[in-house]
Amino acid sequence: MLNDIELQNFKNIAHNVRQSIIEMVYNAKSGHPGGSLSITDILTVLYFKEMNIASPDDENRDRLVLSKGHCSTALYAILAEKGFIPKEDLKTFRKIDSYLQGHPDMNKIPGVDMTTGSLGQGLSVSNGMAIAGKLDKKDYRVYCILGDGEIEEGQIWESAMTSAHYKLDNLCVIVDNNNLQIDGKIEEVMNSIPIDKKFESFGFNTIVINGHDYNQILDAFEIAKQTKGKPTAIIAKTIKGKGISYMENKVEWHGKAPNDDEYKLAIQDLMNI
Amino acid sequence: MDINNKKATRQSYGEALVELGKINENIVVLDADLAEATKTKLFKEEFPDRFFDMGIAEQDMISTSAGLATCGKIPFATSFAVFATGRAYDQIRNNICYPNLNVKICGTHAGITVGEDGATHQMLEDINIMRGLPNMIVMSPSDDIQTKWAVKEASKIKGPVYIRVARLATPIIYDEKTEFEVGKAVMFGEGKDATIFATGTMVAEALKAKEELEKENIFVRVVDFHTIKPIDKEIIIKCAKETKKLISIEEHNIIGGLGTAISEVLVENYPKNLVRMGMKDCFGKSGNAIKLLEYFKLTSKDIIKIVSQFSD
Ligand SMILES: Cc1ncc(C[n+]2csc(CCOP(=O)(O)OP(=O)(O)O)c2C)c(N)n1
Ligand SMILES: [Mg+2]
Repeated sequence: MLNDIELQNFKNIAHNVRQSIIEMVYNAKSGHPGGSLSITDILTVLYFKEMNIASPDDENRDRLVLSKGHCSTALYAILAEKGFIPKEDLKTFRKIDSYLQGHPDMNKIPGVDMTTGSLGQGLSVSNGMAIAGKLDKKDYRVYCILGDGEIEEGQIWESAMTSAHYKLDNLCVIVDNNNLQIDGKIEEVMNSIPIDKKFESFGFNTIVINGHDYNQILDAFEIAKQTKGKPTAIIAKTIKGKGISYMENKVEWHGKAPNDDEYKLAIQDLMNI
Repeated sequence: MDINNKKATRQSYGEALVELGKINENIVVLDADLAEATKTKLFKEEFPDRFFDMGIAEQDMISTSAGLATCGKIPFATSFAVFATGRAYDQIRNNICYPNLNVKICGTHAGITVGEDGATHQMLEDINIMRGLPNMIVMSPSDDIQTKWAVKEASKIKGPVYIRVARLATPIIYDEKTEFEVGKAVMFGEGKDATIFATGTMVAEALKAKEELEKENIFVRVVDFHTIKPIDKEIIIKCAKETKKLISIEEHNIIGGLGTAISEVLVENYPKNLVRMGMKDCFGKSGNAIKLLEYFKLTSKDIIKIVSQFSD
């Protein structure tokens, strides 16, 4: 259990990240707020408690692959909170002279462990990192964040087989189960549910949690670390657009920027949490 | 060249991996359930801990290689050319070429000399799609010696490399001491009647044609393009200036392969006609490999016919 101070600390960081997400998307007039807001709490726990990152280029650091790369705003915002990139640079997101590309670019952005954007590939990449860790007898861990729409890609299940086949217990998958993709509800577009049963049958230890509850997130990571001989998949039930009243559970806020009024409303919403 | 001393370049690839594995412990090899045919089995037997069978999952194989490369490994991802490049194109593009990761991809069983398996297995577009990717170097060695050099050389290059090799045993052209350089083609002879630009299995055919033509007092030169990207511009321009006719030959579609790469150089530097021999924008078919080369007009005899037409 987190004590009150830790809990408040997480809330503060997540608040800042959400605010950065809104500002980035507003400034860029494009980007993906919905899925960025749904992974904010998970990223907060990862970067401010769970992951060991002495520096972004330390060979022994824990790694994170944001396989759902369209949610780059969440990643950049948390990297800025960490101090790996200057906070003021977030304003340049998606602009022609900026290094903050629309989707994460490992060669341009400190702290980005893998270039992503084409969905369905990040778990394979994470497996490669985890296999390399085992070969080199290093004890870093690899975290991979997938979307619940993304897992409709066939390659996800090729790679899920690989994670279990090579017993990658240094790997932890997090599925952002926000129930929405671009064309609508997951169940209506292409049903990937039940997600936990699928990963379980592929040989994963699976844990279903509320992806906005810091204690549950932390406990799940703890169980993942203690699980030996198989990878763990955390199915995080989340709310797309979490924290911004008019964005929550709304499919249209997958990849859209707020206008001036909507921006003001969003900032107000964040004050009220 | 002793035309009876033959080896398939896929065999050379497997042997080269073993040699490389001995001197560099960061070399890892991945295959997709074809280790016997691609000859990565040789590496697997020697270094079981550094060999990963990914099952029949080429996309996963390519992206996993990218992950391994981010951690300092030098993966050689291997399958038949058709699956290694075509099935996993987006993975090669977005996970390897764009981030410029140190992954080597080897496509064995390229071209129609796959033989009996037929069109679904005969890759004729891999040079085209690999050549079109920024950061990718494309190698298409012609014999045992060159393939072993290419594999070793690829491991020294920091970045993506595609190596194209063949199933069919073809003559060993070079001796062990021959030195090659990435991006520098090898010229045989200085004949001025025609230049035959060739790559892969077609180099031996071109050399056979050269010998035969000399008996009729027609003097051609043969240029072996072991590297297709970057293409050796100087030698193309030099041959265009010095020889009457130009021919290219490849076990690949005439669209997008060696012939196209040469055309691009000619158009921008020294406009001149080029006869492109290769697969004429069609798929292959089943049959004995040698018979298929005859059927699709990709033998020394066909080269001779084209060259003779010029001199008429
Ligand atoms: C291979 C590929 N196909 C399509 C897209 C376009 N695309 C971007 S986001 C998205 C929907 C993703 O849904 P989900 O994984 O549920 O993400 P989230 O809800 O967390 O935003 C699609 C189809 C893509 N980036 N990559
Ligand atoms: Mg979703």
